Amino acid sequence: MADASVGGMDAAPIGGAHDAELYHPRSWVTKYVFSQDAKVIAIQYSVTALTIGLVALVLSWLMRLQLAFPGCFDFITAESYYQYITMHGMSMVVYVLTALFLGGFGNYLIPLMVGARDMVFPYANMLSYWIYLLAVIVLAATFFVPGGPTGAGWTLYPPQAIMSGTPGRDWGIVLMLVSLMLFIAGFTMGGLNYVVTVLQGRARGMTLMRLPLTVWGILTATVMALLAFPALFVGAVMMLFDRLLGTSFFMPAIVEAGTHLRHGGGSPILWQHLFWFFGHPEVYIVALPAFGIVSDLISTHARKNIFGYRMMVWAIVVIGALSFAVWGHHMYVSGMNPTFGFFFATTTLIIAVPTAIKVYNWVLTLWRGDIHLTVPMLFALGFIVTFVNGGLTGLFLGNVVVDVPLSGTMFVVAHFHMVMGVAPILVVFGGIYHWYPKVTGRMTNDVLGKLHFWVTFLGAYAIFFPMHYLGLMGVPRRYYELGEMAFVPPSAATLNVFITVAALVVGVAQLVFVFNLVWSLFRGTPAGGNPWRATTLEWQTPQTPPAHGNWGGSLPVVYRWAYDYSVPGADQDFLPQNQPPAARTVPA
Amino acid sequence: MPVALVLVAVALGSVLFHVLSPWWFTPIASNWQYIDGTIIVTFWITGIAFTAVVLFMAYCILRFRHQDGRRAAYEPESKRLEWWLGAITAVGVAAMLAPGLAVWGQFVTVPSGASEFEAVGQQWQWSFRLPGPGGRLGTSDARFISAENPLGLNPGDPNGRDNVLIVADDLHLPVGRPVKALLRSVDVVHNFYVPEFRAKMDLMPGLVSYFWFTPTRIGTFEILCAGFCGVGHPQMRGNIVIEPEADYRAWLQKQQSFAQSSPQGQASNAR
Amino acid sequence: MSIAAAFFAVLAATVAWWLSRQRLMSKPWLEEGPPVDLPGAGASSPSAARLGLWMFLAVVGSLFSLLLSAYSMGLGTHGMGGAAVQPLPVPKILWFNTGVLALSSAALEWARLSARRGALDGMRLGLLAAAVSAFAFLQGQLLAWQQLRAVGYFLATDQASAFFYLVTGVHGLHVLGGLTAMAGAVARMRRGAGLEQMRLSVGLCATYWHFLLVVWLLFFSMLLLS
Repeated sequence: MADASVGGMDAAPIGGAHDAELYHPRSWVTKYVFSQDAKVIAIQYSVTALTIGLVALVLSWLMRLQLAFPGCFDFITAESYYQYITMHGMSMVVYVLTALFLGGFGNYLIPLMVGARDMVFPYANMLSYWIYLLAVIVLAATFFVPGGPTGAGWTLYPPQAIMSGTPGRDWGIVLMLVSLMLFIAGFTMGGLNYVVTVLQGRARGMTLMRLPLTVWGILTATVMALLAFPALFVGAVMMLFDRLLGTSFFMPAIVEAGTHLRHGGGSPILWQHLFWFFGHPEVYIVALPAFGIVSDLISTHARKNIFGYRMMVWAIVVIGALSFAVWGHHMYVSGMNPTFGFFFATTTLIIAVPTAIKVYNWVLTLWRGDIHLTVPMLFALGFIVTFVNGGLTGLFLGNVVVDVPLSGTMFVVAHFHMVMGVAPILVVFGGIYHWYPKVTGRMTNDVLGKLHFWVTFLGAYAIFFPMHYLGLMGVPRRYYELGEMAFVPPSAATLNVFITVAALVVGVAQLVFVFNLVWSLFRGTPAGGNPWRATTLEWQTPQTPPAHGNWGGSLPVVYRWAYDYSVPGADQDFLPQNQPPAARTVPA
Repeated sequence: MPVALVLVAVALGSVLFHVLSPWWFTPIASNWQYIDGTIIVTFWITGIAFTAVVLFMAYCILRFRHQDGRRAAYEPESKRLEWWLGAITAVGVAAMLAPGLAVWGQFVTVPSGASEFEAVGQQWQWSFRLPGPGGRLGTSDARFISAENPLGLNPGDPNGRDNVLIVADDLHLPVGRPVKALLRSVDVVHNFYVPEFRAKMDLMPGLVSYFWFTPTRIGTFEILCAGFCGVGHPQMRGNIVIEPEADYRAWLQKQQSFAQSSPQGQASNAR
Repeated sequence: MSIAAAFFAVLAATVAWWLSRQRLMSKPWLEEGPPVDLPGAGASSPSAARLGLWMFLAVVGSLFSLLLSAYSMGLGTHGMGGAAVQPLPVPKILWFNTGVLALSSAALEWARLSARRGALDGMRLGLLAAAVSAFAFLQGQLLAWQQLRAVGYFLATDQASAFFYLVTGVHGLHVLGGLTAMAGAVARMRRGAGLEQMRLSVGLCATYWHFLLVVWLLFFSMLLLS
């Protein structure tokens, strides 16, 4: 190993990170409820998000039951079906995945991984969670208001979203928009924290190129979210005005059931631009943290440095930037100027190149590795399979003319579930199994974890892979019942039953996961500080679980990048980031 | 070993499912076989990529699984390998994008001889309008809609008075002639979708969108709404009958024009 | 979308410039050893608060650039055969309001410079002038709303007036938020915050004020040009 510049570095003046003043909780309430400790906030975020996730999972069961056995369940009316799909979609995308990756993983891992005591603005961080919780409560409240939640589809397209042909037009849509605005306000408080902490709160020696990819992924995603969410905010305010104050931002002259509405002059396509200006980056807001986390899981459990670290960093940044220039690919058949199609198809397919390079680097990290098939590693492998599958079908939908027959069909549903549903959720599970020992001090149960993995991975694949072919055939999405369609053979109904059965099985398997988390909290084998023998700073804390302030007496000093696994000549197959260089024994 | 085998099974199973399953495009009935062609090119390229990545993973797991004494290789990066893989990917992407953009170019260029028809969506039915002997569609606006003027034709526009209106009934079109579909909605976003034609486009309230196609097969095809439009979305169906020119002419003779069906159309007639 | 496109292009350029200084081309696995380039300090350090404000301005800038883009797009589209959107009669008082907001911004800048020199009286005077003129601005905006209503332009009258009320409302709320933050800073000063702390707070307020002035000038010029 060459270490040419080391002498120069030694000579560099060392100033920097003086110990920040830390807030100290004075009571049980400020320690565990209104806590300003990022680790507690992370757990609050995660538990809230997982709870909402379970509700959204049950909603997906109800939808699948209706699709497989139309007419068998009296309580699933067309209205409630559309309410289920809307609440399922919006909850999963915004309130579960975004909150889990940024509020959950971000809060827990950023301060620990960069070597900080806490987030830089702990009070705003606490507010962030409580506003998020309020947003979730408002969202959940729509189930109980007159008319129920909105059934406008998660894209909330006007004019339909605020017209009486759509369920939840009275209260549901209003509360949905309010809840989204709250979420965005809360997220902004947290998001500013994550970014400033990464940029300003790093321990001495933690250069940007020494950051673990998890931090890179979360940082980039947070910056994107901070810039993209305002588009949704603007749209939500305008739609609220349209619904409550009679403006016509999104409302052209409309005749509803023979009656002329009082609106006129507005542009429904404007909402679509605003929504997708947020909506497409949102896909990567979920994907980039998953990319980062999965890189660290693969590297740690294959005992090998992540292959092509620099390329991985550049790819994250490039993907993040490009994702702001592709939103139009959701609108190829919206009636916007068709020449935009050329531009958006090109930008969309270009993103495939850095994304593919990331995939290659993951599998090349496995190559000549020392692969431990632990539960987190299994989930990481499952992620690669489902992400590659879903990413490749994205090449169909991004290629404008191929999107023409496939848009609005079950192919789209299958694609985005595979790529931003199943794949990131597998990473969430992998991440939870990986960091659970740090959070609780105990290992999760291996057998239950493997059971959970196999049923979830194979089951989810069995749900969504065949679903593409329904869409290829032309089966449209968002149909409460297919009814008679000349071009749909009866065998499609059998396929729908199969998919539903798989969905029920996968859903039940999540109980194994919940049980494992709770059981291991009390009965898990004690983990010790660094059970995976990992290099990154969070595993080097003096206590496990890390105490308030993370680092005890003195902040860590960072001497190396995050991936010194299996370094030739070293005694162990990992060198923690805060381990000073040995007396130079390794002239490789 | 079992993990590697399962991955192999996933890769090969996916390919087998693709080849053997009965679910595939419904037979085409328009000129857009190029779209099907682009999809098949895309299937080949993406299929190869998927199988290659998953099989490679399976191999790595089999070959480099942890055993006592094994130590991973130390290999921070290989710029050459990464650039090569990136370049190959770029070529593959270009091989999908180029035909895609070429066909899109055709899709957005309406041939000059195309005849026009208008499809009007409302919750939850389809209506249509065809030009009359004058050959032109009159202007329209949702504001003109009334019981006597269900499609909102401009009563002041003389071009509209001979337009043929088909309210909530089947549309007929002649086989083998390119047609331009003008799409208009009077309430929410709908989407005109005939799976056999491959093409589809939204009906965006407040503006008129369009696409074109040439029906190539005689028969009756179902029009679906593919843009979520409220609780009646699945019931929003229509029929489009593709028939020989002579049958089409005979059918057209029997339809009523705006002037014949509405006092407003006569008003404009008198002017 | 041109305003949003311009805003995001500037942001992208800033990020690219910043990243270009972060040694992203270095090979970290070769650089074993103690720290070279040092990140700033923790929460209480000025740079974190300042960086936080700039990030926040990026978020708010994104909000306003999208709002103004929506404004220009919304005015561009109208139903086929419908009447073109009538431009709004611009109330004369907006010229006065613009002047007052500029004054407020200038007063804060003066307060910032005074704080830097350690001239506490000047700083207090600047803050007071800024607060008073900002309130005058808000009052003036309310008057403009009243005048428009008097001549028949209500929120739901047409696109142009709806956007006017929306943008001025959102902008006004941000001014109000700024005043709250300024009140917090003054309260800290009363409780005896140090000069360093005051310099930071006043500086942050000034930056925020200039930003809101720029947003207002942008919207006002769009209004005049429409």
